[in-house]
Amino acid sequence: MAISTVPATTVVALIGNPNTGKSTLFNALAGMRQRVGNYPGVTVEKRVGHMTVGGRRFALVDLPGTYSLAPRSPDEMVAVDVLLGRQPGEEMPHAVLCIVDASNLERNLYLVNQVRELGLPVVVALNMMDVADGRGLSIDAERLSRQLGAPVVPLVAHKRKGVEELRRILASLDAQPSSTPAGDSPFPAAFQNELARLHDALQTRIDESPPSADGRWPRFLVERLLLDTGYLEGSLLAGDDPLRAELRSARSRLKSAGCPVPSVEAVARYGWVAKALDGVVTRRKQRPATRSDRLDRVLTHKIWGSLLFALLMAAIFSLMFFVAQWPMGWIESAVEYAKWLIAGDETKAGLLATGPLQSLVVDGVISGVGGVIIFLPQILILFFFIGIMEDCGYMARAAFLMDKLMSKVGLSGKSFIPLLSSFACAVPGIMAARVIENRRDRLATVLVAPLMSCSARLPVYTILIAAFIPTTTLLGPFLPGLVMFSMYVLGMAVAVVVAFVLKRTILRGDTPPFVMELPSYKFPSTRNVLYRMFDRGLAFVRRAGTLIVAVTIVIWALGYYPRDAQNVEDPYRAEMAAIDTALRSRPASPERDGLSDRKAEIANEIEERYLEQSLLGRTGKWVEPAVRPLGWDWRIGCAAIASFPAREVVMSTLGVIYNLGSDVDPDADADRLTDRLKAARWDDTGEPVYNVPVALSIMVFFALCAQCASTLVTLKRETNSWRWPVFAFTYMTILAYLGALATYQVGRLFLS
Amino acid sequence: MTTLADLTAGDRAKVLAVHAADDVGLRLLEMGLTPGVEVRYIGAAPLGDPLELEVRGYRLSLRRSEAARVTVETVL
Repeated sequence: MAISTVPATTVVALIGNPNTGKSTLFNALAGMRQRVGNYPGVTVEKRVGHMTVGGRRFALVDLPGTYSLAPRSPDEMVAVDVLLGRQPGEEMPHAVLCIVDASNLERNLYLVNQVRELGLPVVVALNMMDVADGRGLSIDAERLSRQLGAPVVPLVAHKRKGVEELRRILASLDAQPSSTPAGDSPFPAAFQNELARLHDALQTRIDESPPSADGRWPRFLVERLLLDTGYLEGSLLAGDDPLRAELRSARSRLKSAGCPVPSVEAVARYGWVAKALDGVVTRRKQRPATRSDRLDRVLTHKIWGSLLFALLMAAIFSLMFFVAQWPMGWIESAVEYAKWLIAGDETKAGLLATGPLQSLVVDGVISGVGGVIIFLPQILILFFFIGIMEDCGYMARAAFLMDKLMSKVGLSGKSFIPLLSSFACAVPGIMAARVIENRRDRLATVLVAPLMSCSARLPVYTILIAAFIPTTTLLGPFLPGLVMFSMYVLGMAVAVVVAFVLKRTILRGDTPPFVMELPSYKFPSTRNVLYRMFDRGLAFVRRAGTLIVAVTIVIWALGYYPRDAQNVEDPYRAEMAAIDTALRSRPASPERDGLSDRKAEIANEIEERYLEQSLLGRTGKWVEPAVRPLGWDWRIGCAAIASFPAREVVMSTLGVIYNLGSDVDPDADADRLTDRLKAARWDDTGEPVYNVPVALSIMVFFALCAQCASTLVTLKRETNSWRWPVFAFTYMTILAYLGALATYQVGRLFLS
Repeated sequence: MTTLADLTAGDRAKVLAVHAADDVGLRLLEMGLTPGVEVRYIGAAPLGDPLELEVRGYRLSLRRSEAARVTVETVL
């Protein structure tokens, strides 16, 4: 053991196939000592954990789950770059911890074989020993270790079995790179010769952008270039690079030598795997079908499987849509209480005096924080179920069941759950799209997810339908329901078209393979499920929360300033003073109640005047010519702009505009708001502002627009770029405008 | 020529070749569908696509279009 070579912090990269329990092992090793971020320029989450074993410090880098180290996209390139020390700002790992599924060794060792060629010390974590045992497999870990030439540690990571042994092995690691002996390559001699020739030729070559930290071409990268099917050449080499021609001729020589690229790699590595596994796995007893197989037969059955899937989806959806309303109600009450503590009311003075500071704290900060926390119930519920489905192996089946349907719009089965969840709320829906490895599919999914009619649109639909959709027509009592239903269909139909167009224009590319493992079923671990749920919730609060609060404060300021008290309040001063004197002198009487009501009305009128004079109100008036073709007056335009932080704000803004005060409760005050809406008149003509076409036009606008800052911020966080939220906002606003325009103009011909 | 997409439930087959040197072909190879390996056809999803196979001791899902790139001979 060369202790002198031990660095201050040993960097260990953790890599493995999907569904091998990699995150579980990572959490078991690093615990809470982890940092989450993004690698620059890609949508790959970067997770680094720390641990100390026997006084030696380790940094554990969690790489995305992958079947192979052959990169086909910038996202897949991240793992290769990290392992080769090419990732800017990241130290090259001193060792690689490779986690494999003990019940599925053959395919898992393929990746181990690729990792070995990096020349770094490798430790193999043989996880899911319990699953292997359940299948009647016994594995000779010592023999495997001898045949692999690397330490092998049997594990049951979710039960923390073997984790201490793994720590001990890591602590005694020699951090000196052990270059793989040439004779150990799995490839046939012809391939090794071609590789050696290319590698030697590249030793003298100086590149402008060096392929590694020391400017040299690592053997691993040259090998990957030789085996490449397009991506790597395109990203590493210029179009006129002479190396391209050399690679081409090397490949054609290999083809005539009987080892064509790329199949030579799979054949060679699986051959190596067969040797490494020789005598390692013994089947204790021949079981014709395991419990997992029997379960699979039911769960992927034409009728039962589809039925169970539909039931499960219905359960998740109802929990997100209906049950989440309870905790969301508690959060709203808590927010109201916090606002009351600050602002007070007639009976109790608040902590802050009336003024800009109080307004900022109440309508900016508290509303903003409340607007973040309000998403947690739905996020936690969705990720609780996603956690269970992923941990027990059902997630892949869900994609399997839905793939045919989703492939019709150019997506894959993996887009189904994110899109379904978006009917409750697009924020958890977009977060759930992380399971889609393909970047284009993921982008198409998250860009159409906000078109699904979420629960925040419901109050907008409900109030407008209640106020303006008659129940007296031919369709009678069914019409309101039908209108509501058409709003949902509209969102879906537009999403289908947009997804279709996106996949044929800016997100065009080869259909990504749907070749994936259907993992065997196992009982989900409570710890994993809860960990995942809270991890996602916390990630949302920490990474999206601050931005959402900031946006709320900006919109608050736009609605608050400029504040010309003289101009607004003076006209009312005399009347207020008179009422106050009258109230003081008179005892309780019906007259007195009337005066109190008038006083409250004046307060609301003042609130309305302030809003009208604010930047927001002025913008509303300024855009009136633009929204007039939609049948809207400046008030609706203003409310639509004010609803940028969240769609449901449109109702409280209309409440302010129509003198009801800002705390319009859609349930309790719907009738009052409805009356005011019906009574509203155009300033110039005196005609009623609202009629059926206008109500429909507003509903269509809100069905299609992106008036939800939280969705846009989540899009930014998940795509790691402002480009996509800006794109989503732009296309959705244009569609919403055109949709509302068409609705009003056509509706006017038939309905007014 | 028989391909993986032509099999019916319960069939066993031996892979002869995987066509095309693109990403899908590479993925099929990486997942263990190399010449000579034996696969068992488990069935199709309720909507008729994708398919489920057993290969190298695990369950693999792939679309019909992808399975059609793999030529096989059935094993009795």
